[in-house]
Amino acid sequence: MELDPLLLSRIQFAFVVSFHAIFPVFTIGLASYIACLEGIYYKTGNKDWERLSKFWIQVFAVVFGMGVVSGIVMAFQFGTNWSNFAYTAANFLGPVLSYEVVTAFFLEAAFLGVLLFGRDKVPQGIHFFSACMVAIGTFISSFWILSANSWMHTPQGFEFRDGLVYVTSWSEAIFNPSLAPRFFHMAIASFLTGGFVVAGVSAWYLLRKRDVELHRKALSMTLWLLLILAPTQAVVGDLHGLNTLEHQPMKVAAMEGNWETSEGVPLLLFAIPDQENQTNRFEVAIPKLASFILTHDWDGEVPGLNEVAPEEQPPVAIVFWAFRVMVGIGLLMILVAFTGLVLRRKQAYAHTPWFLNTLRYMAVTPFIAVLAGWFVTEIGRAPWLIYGEFTHAEGLTPSLTGGMALFTLIGYILVYAAIFGAGLYYLMRVLRTGAEQRTYGYDKAGKRPKRPLSIADADWEEDADEESKWNTTAQDKAEEQGAR
Amino acid sequence: MVEPVFDLVYIWAGIIAFGVIMYVLMDGFDLGLGVLFPFAPNEEARDLMMNSIAPVWDGNETWLVLGGAGLLAAFPLVYAVFLPALYIGVFLLVAGLIFRGVAFEFRFKAKTSRYLWNWSFTIGSTVAAFAQGVVVGAYIEGFETHNMQYVGGAMDWLTPFTVLTGVGIVIGYALLGATWLILKSEGYIQDWAYKIAPWLLLGVLGVFAAISVWTPMIDPFVADRWFGGVSLIWLMPVLAMLCAYRIFSSIRQRRNGTPFVATMGMFVFTYLGLLASKFPYVVPPNYTLWDASSAHESQLFLLIGLLFVIPFVLGYTAFTYWVFRGKLKAGEGYH
Ligand code: HDD
Ligand code: HEM
Ligand code: HEM
Repeated sequence: MELDPLLLSRIQFAFVVSFHAIFPVFTIGLASYIACLEGIYYKTGNKDWERLSKFWIQVFAVVFGMGVVSGIVMAFQFGTNWSNFAYTAANFLGPVLSYEVVTAFFLEAAFLGVLLFGRDKVPQGIHFFSACMVAIGTFISSFWILSANSWMHTPQGFEFRDGLVYVTSWSEAIFNPSLAPRFFHMAIASFLTGGFVVAGVSAWYLLRKRDVELHRKALSMTLWLLLILAPTQAVVGDLHGLNTLEHQPMKVAAMEGNWETSEGVPLLLFAIPDQENQTNRFEVAIPKLASFILTHDWDGEVPGLNEVAPEEQPPVAIVFWAFRVMVGIGLLMILVAFTGLVLRRKQAYAHTPWFLNTLRYMAVTPFIAVLAGWFVTEIGRAPWLIYGEFTHAEGLTPSLTGGMALFTLIGYILVYAAIFGAGLYYLMRVLRTGAEQRTYGYDKAGKRPKRPLSIADADWEEDADEESKWNTTAQDKAEEQGAR
Repeated sequence: MVEPVFDLVYIWAGIIAFGVIMYVLMDGFDLGLGVLFPFAPNEEARDLMMNSIAPVWDGNETWLVLGGAGLLAAFPLVYAVFLPALYIGVFLLVAGLIFRGVAFEFRFKAKTSRYLWNWSFTIGSTVAAFAQGVVVGAYIEGFETHNMQYVGGAMDWLTPFTVLTGVGIVIGYALLGATWLILKSEGYIQDWAYKIAPWLLLGVLGVFAAISVWTPMIDPFVADRWFGGVSLIWLMPVLAMLCAYRIFSSIRQRRNGTPFVATMGMFVFTYLGLLASKFPYVVPPNYTLWDASSAHESQLFLLIGLLFVIPFVLGYTAFTYWVFRGKLKAGEGYH
C-alpha cells in the first residue's frame, strides 16, 4: 500500500494540535481563577482563599507543564510537515507567531517561576502581580495564535506576488473578520472549561464531605460565573455562525447538512449525511428553523453544498456531527447552570447529591466541546489551508515521504501516550490529596518544588496510608461505587 | 516595488544570531546537567542539580521557540529548508525535550520508579543536545536544494561529520553544566564539579580540533576564507583558546563564577568564528541571507515591536534569576 504523506501529515497535525489545545483551554481559565483568588486573599487577608489558591496552583502547575512541552512540538510542525505553506505565508505568520513568543510566552515563563515558587521569596503584592501577569499572558497568547488561525479562515490585508503572501495592511490582516467572534468564543470556552472543572472537583469534595466550607465557597462562586457565561456562549456562538455564513458559506452548509441552496431550510436534529449521493438519510428535522437562525427570517435562503463541486466540499458528516456535539453540550451547560440557580435556596446546591454528581461528570464535557468546536472549524475549512486561496496539498513539504510521516506520527502517539498517561495519573493523585494537606509540597526537606509539575507534592506511587485515610468509611466507598 | 531605503537584513541576522546564542548558553547548561546526571556522586547531588535549574528552565526553552518563530518571520527559507531536511532529527530533538521536561517534574514524586525518571532525564537531555549538534554539522555540510526547496533524502543529516559535531555539543553542554554547578553548589558536590570540568574541557578541545581540521577539507568555501589571506577570523579561535586557558586556570584557583563565564566566552567566540566562516550563506551552499530573507515590510513590522518588547523580556528574565539567586545547599531548596 502506498502511504500518503498528505493524509498522514493531516492526521499528525490534528493529533498534536488537539492534544496541545486541551491544556491551554484549561490553563487560560484556571490562570484567571487563580489570579482572582490571590486578589481576594490580598484584599481580605483571609487564609481560606490562600489555601484554595495553593491547591489550584498545584493543579495548574501540572497542566501548564504539559501545555508547554506539547506547545514546543507545535512550534516546529509548520516547518517539518507544511514547509511550503510556511514558506508561502511566512510574511504574515512569521511576525504574528514571533509576537506571540515575545509578548506572551516569555511573560508567562518568567512570572510562572515566581507564582509557583516565589510565595515566600517576594512580597505578597508581587506574588499577586505575578499571578495577574501569567493570566494576562495566556490571553495575549490566545490573541496572537487565534489571529494567525483566523487569518487562514478569513484571509485579508494581503496579496500574492510570485506565489508568496505579502501583507498590504497589517491591521486588516491581524484583525481579520473572524478574529473577534473566534477570540470571544474561545475565551468564554476557556472560562467554561476552568469553571466546570473547578465545579466538578469541588462537587467531588463536597460529596466526600472533605473541607466542606471551603469547597462550598468555591462552588458557589463558580456557579455564578457559569450562570452568566453558559448563555453568553450560545449568543456569541450564534454570532460566530453568522460571521461564518458570510465568509465561509460551505462550512455552514456542512454544519447544517444542507445539500441544496434553498429557502425555508429545516433544522436537522438527526441525519446521516451521505456524501457520495449528496443527500441525507434518516432526517429528523424542525421545519424552517435553520433559515430562521441563520437569516432571522423563516423563509430566508441558506446556501447548500451543491454550490461547489464535490471535491471542494468538506467532509460533511464529521462537521455535521461535531457541530451537534458542541451545541448539545452548550445547551446542557446552560441547563446545569440554571439548575444551580434554582438550588440556591438554603444552599441546596452544596448538599444535593444528584446535582453534585452531575457536576462531577460535567467536568469532562468542556474538553469534548472544545475539540468538537475545533473539528467543525478546521475540517469545515477543507480542502483549503488559506480559505479560497491555497490548499492542503499545495502546503505539504515536498521532500516528505509517507514513511517519514508515518514514523513521526507513530512516534508522537507513543511519546504522548507515555508522558501524558503519567501526567494524568499524577493529576488524579493531586486531586486525591486535596487542599487539606498542610505541606503543599513546600517543606519536605530536599523535595522542594522548583518547577511546574513538582510543586504538587503528592507522591507518585499510591501511598497505602493515605489511601486508607481517605477511603476509611464504608459509606464513602458505597458512595463512590454508587456514583460509578 | 520600491527598493527599501535601508537594509534590515543585517539587523535581523544580528537578532537571530543573538537569539540562537542566548538559547545555546541558557538551555546549554541545563541540558548539560542532564548529560552529567548519571555520573553524579549520589541522589542528593542529583536533587540539587535539578533544583538549581528548576525556576528557569521554562524560560530558557522559550528562546528555542523564539528561534523557530523568528526564523519564520525574518528568514523563512532557513525555516522551510532546515526543518524538512532534519525531519527525523527534529522529532528526536522534540521527543528528547519532552521526556526531559516532564521527567524532572515527575522524578521528585517517584520513589521506586525514580530511576526511570532519572534515565528519562539523562537520555532526553543527551538526545536533545546531540540533535542540536547535528544541526550545526548539517549547516556546515550544506543542504541539497532546488528552487528554494529541500530535495535531499530523509537521512542525509546523519553523516560521520554530523555525529562528530553532535558529540562535540554534548560534551560542550556538559562542560557548561559542570561550571554552572560550580557556581551554584558547595562542598562535595562542588568538588566533584571541579574534578570533572577539566576533563570535559579536554574533550571539547579535542573535538573542536578535529572539526577544525575536517571542515576545510569538506568545504572549499570555508577553506578559502580561512587560508585565503590574513583575516580577522583568525582572532576568534585565539580568543576561544584564551577562554579555554582561563577555564583551566580558574578551576585550579577554585574560582566560583569565572569558570562558567569563561566557558560561555569560549562558546561565543567559537560561534562567532563559525558564523564568520560561512557568512553570508545561511542555507549553504546555495542561498545567502538576502535570498532567505522575508519581505522588508514584515521584517520592519516585527522589528519595531521587538525593539520595544525585548528590553522588558530581558528585564523580567533577569528578575527571575535574581529572585532565585545564590548558592544551594545539599538537601535544601530555595524556600
Ligand atoms: C495557526 C494555525 C492553527 C491553529 C491555532 C489551529 N489549527 Fe487546526 N489546522 C491548521 C492550523 C491551525 C492547519 C495548518 O491549517 C491544518 C494543518 C493541516 C491541515 O489539514 O490544516 C489544521 C488542521 C486541523 C485538523 C485536521 C483537519 C483536516 O485534516 O481536515 C484538526 C482536527 C485541527 N486542525 C484541529 C485544531 C485544534 C483542536 C486546534 C486548537 C488549538 C487547532 N486546530 C488550532
Ligand atoms: C497551531 C497552533 C499552535 C502553535 C504553533 C502553538 C505553539 C505553542 C508553543 C510553542 C507553546 C509553548 C510556549 C512555552 O514554551 O511556554 C504554547 C503554549 C501555549 N499555547 Fe499554544 N500553540 C498553538 C495553538 C494554541 C491555541 C489555539 C491556543 C489557545 C487559544 C494556544 C494557547 C497557548 C497558551 C495559553 C500556552 C501557554 C502554555 C499553557 O497554557 O499550557 N495555543 N503554544
Ligand atoms: C451553545 C451554543 C454554541 C453555538 C451556537 C456555537 C457556535 C459555534 C460555531 C458556529 C463555531 C464555528 C466557527 C467557525 O465557523 O469556524 C464554533 C466553534 C467553536 N466552538 Fe462553539 N458554539 C456553542 C457552544 C460552545 C461551547 C459550550 C464550547 C466550549 C466550551 C464551544 C467551543 C468552540 C470552539 C473551541 C470552537 C472552535 C474555535 C472557533 O472557531 O471559535 N462552543 N462554535
